[in-house]
Amino acid sequence: MNLMRRIPPLLPFLLCAGVMVSLQQLMRATGTQYCLTQLTMSLYYAIVVMGLCLLMGHAGQVSLGHGAFFAIGGYTSAVLTTHNFSAWGHSSLGGWLQQGRVLIAKEDVFGNAILTVSPWAAFLAAMLLTTLVALLIGYPALRLRGHYLAMATLGFGLIVSKLLVGSTLTGAADGINGVPPWPLAGSLTVTGKTAARVQNYYIACALVLLLLLLLRNLLRSRIGRALQAIHDRETAANAMGINTAAYKLKVFLLSAWLAALAGVFFTHFTGGIGPSEAGAFKSVRYVALAAAGGMANLWGVTVVSTALNYASLRGWFGSLDNAVFGILLIVIITLAPQGPLKPLGAWLRRILGLRNLSEERLERS
Amino acid sequence: MNPALSSTPFASDGPSTASTAVQPLLEVENVRRSFGGLVAVDGVSFRVLPGQIKGLIGPNGAGKTTLFNLVCGLLRPDAGRIAFQGRPIEGWKPYRIARAGISRTFQNPSLFLQMNVLENVMVGRHRRARRGFLGCALRLPGQAAEERAIRQAAMQQLEVVGLAHLAMFPAGSLPFGQRRLVELARALATEPRMLLLDEPASGLNTKEKEDLADLIRQIRDRGITLLLVEHDMSLVMRLADEIVVLHHGARIAEGPPQVIQNDPTVINVYLGGNLDHATSSQES
Ligand SMILES: Nc1ncnc2c1ncn2[C@@H]1O[C@H](COP(=O)(O)OP(=O)(O)O)[C@@H](O)[C@H]1O
Ligand SMILES: [Mg+2]
Repeated sequence: MNLMRRIPPLLPFLLCAGVMVSLQQLMRATGTQYCLTQLTMSLYYAIVVMGLCLLMGHAGQVSLGHGAFFAIGGYTSAVLTTHNFSAWGHSSLGGWLQQGRVLIAKEDVFGNAILTVSPWAAFLAAMLLTTLVALLIGYPALRLRGHYLAMATLGFGLIVSKLLVGSTLTGAADGINGVPPWPLAGSLTVTGKTAARVQNYYIACALVLLLLLLLRNLLRSRIGRALQAIHDRETAANAMGINTAAYKLKVFLLSAWLAALAGVFFTHFTGGIGPSEAGAFKSVRYVALAAAGGMANLWGVTVVSTALNYASLRGWFGSLDNAVFGILLIVIITLAPQGPLKPLGAWLRRILGLRNLSEERLERS
Repeated sequence: MNPALSSTPFASDGPSTASTAVQPLLEVENVRRSFGGLVAVDGVSFRVLPGQIKGLIGPNGAGKTTLFNLVCGLLRPDAGRIAFQGRPIEGWKPYRIARAGISRTFQNPSLFLQMNVLENVMVGRHRRARRGFLGCALRLPGQAAEERAIRQAAMQQLEVVGLAHLAMFPAGSLPFGQRRLVELARALATEPRMLLLDEPASGLNTKEKEDLADLIRQIRDRGITLLLVEHDMSLVMRLADEIVVLHHGARIAEGPPQVIQNDPTVINVYLGGNLDHATSSQES
């Protein structure tokens, strides 16, 4: 009856993993493995868009400020892991932090002994700061609707990017370079070193697949239905016993976490981060990618966002880069508000001789 | 105890109000709400006893829907008290009132249109389940069982309203009358103590209205108290134990159907004196 119901639940994940491996093998065979770097970056960007899929596609809350959360994650990690805290070294707090391996001693490029925060501790700090900011912004902003919410989040993104450019702590217009690798566990390390390129591609693949699985579970549960209910009819959702304000805040926080998580991985992978990551262009680009992927379609937004960001990072769009995403957004919203994948899917089902229920229904009536 | 209530002309009449010892399930006392200069609900008082079907009638614009919105928390009263099971609930958020045991349907069916029929009713089970974001994302032990239970209970309610065969249809593909029934199933799925129905029979044909009347009685027999806004006079007169009449936001009469039918003020409000004709002309 319905094709989707007969597919074993894990099959899409296996297929996706298969495609990921094939891509790497193909690049190895053609001697283009250097392209894996951009593919890995695209996968991290896709995590931001997955968060927007949840927030905008499912819960119906607009955000034009998610670039800022990516930047908050990335910059927190970058600052803490590169800033020299040796002034703290002699205090009892510093000693205590060193013993807990929160602060680690090492040498800078000139051979001077410095004290920096360990990547894991910096990661936790990044998530903590993201939580704080997301709650602070989300609590008042989510009382707004539609374009008011969009404007509030856009303003938030602008403030963050101005703060980053204006502060010497964050390297002003240059951003931060020299962010150290992040040893995850065993020999797994998030780093941009050429020798670890393949490994890092698979780290990003694994992270994306894991998050896809968790989000898919979430969306196919009472929480997913509650979010969709808020999107469809907020008053009715509330009258059915759903604490709509709390759910909106929680899903906003979750999407901010995803963006910040992506920012942390991205920063350790590329070894740095710049203020453009927080800019309005980036935030709008994430929304354009979510729209292009079908907004509510988790697989769609992931695939489309990875592919288009890859094309952008490889320079296929040349100097028109930002314009391409702006035009994409306009075209999608005017021509196919549900994303190009839905009409494509309907067309595929038709040529495969399968009908979905709504079509059957239409024919009967 | 409350002068407004004891001054009700019919407070001690009729079979269901005979025992004043019974604690009312819902008490509405001097509730007032205005929109700008317009007073939509003007100091209305009434009470609903457990197990009753209470009718709420009045011409269009009388303030019936506004009163529903005040009871279920979508609007805040400017003044007055609303108590459910003896607890004041005015000013509570709708979700809290829903959790306390009041559920409702809307005058304009408010289904979740991106979902199918079954999922709509499953949302009604929301407050009867516990798993949060983490439990659902990680499929913690018990989550799958909980999800199955939600699905089963929702399916049961669809069977009650006779729409089980449409479970997998997109909610948006249903005609108006069936959307009302899905909404009813969704409201029932919350297992309410009290159900507010806002014009459930509008848009239904004669046969469907009969089925609905049976269904409403069946719901009452399950122990659910009903507050019913309805324009079809013959339906509300047959179903209700007691009726409150609103006009321009004020309560102009209250009592058992046969008394209301012969009340000169009520007849006057409904134009020509024949309640049935008055409503059919209004609905056109
Ligand atoms: N949200 C609102 N804003 C302004 N006026 C409203 C609003 N809701 C209802 N009204 C007005 O209040 C009055 C009562 O409306 P309503 O409660 O819908 O009546 P009924 O359900 O009895 O037909 C009407 O005059 C209506 O125009
Ligand atoms: Mg009304």
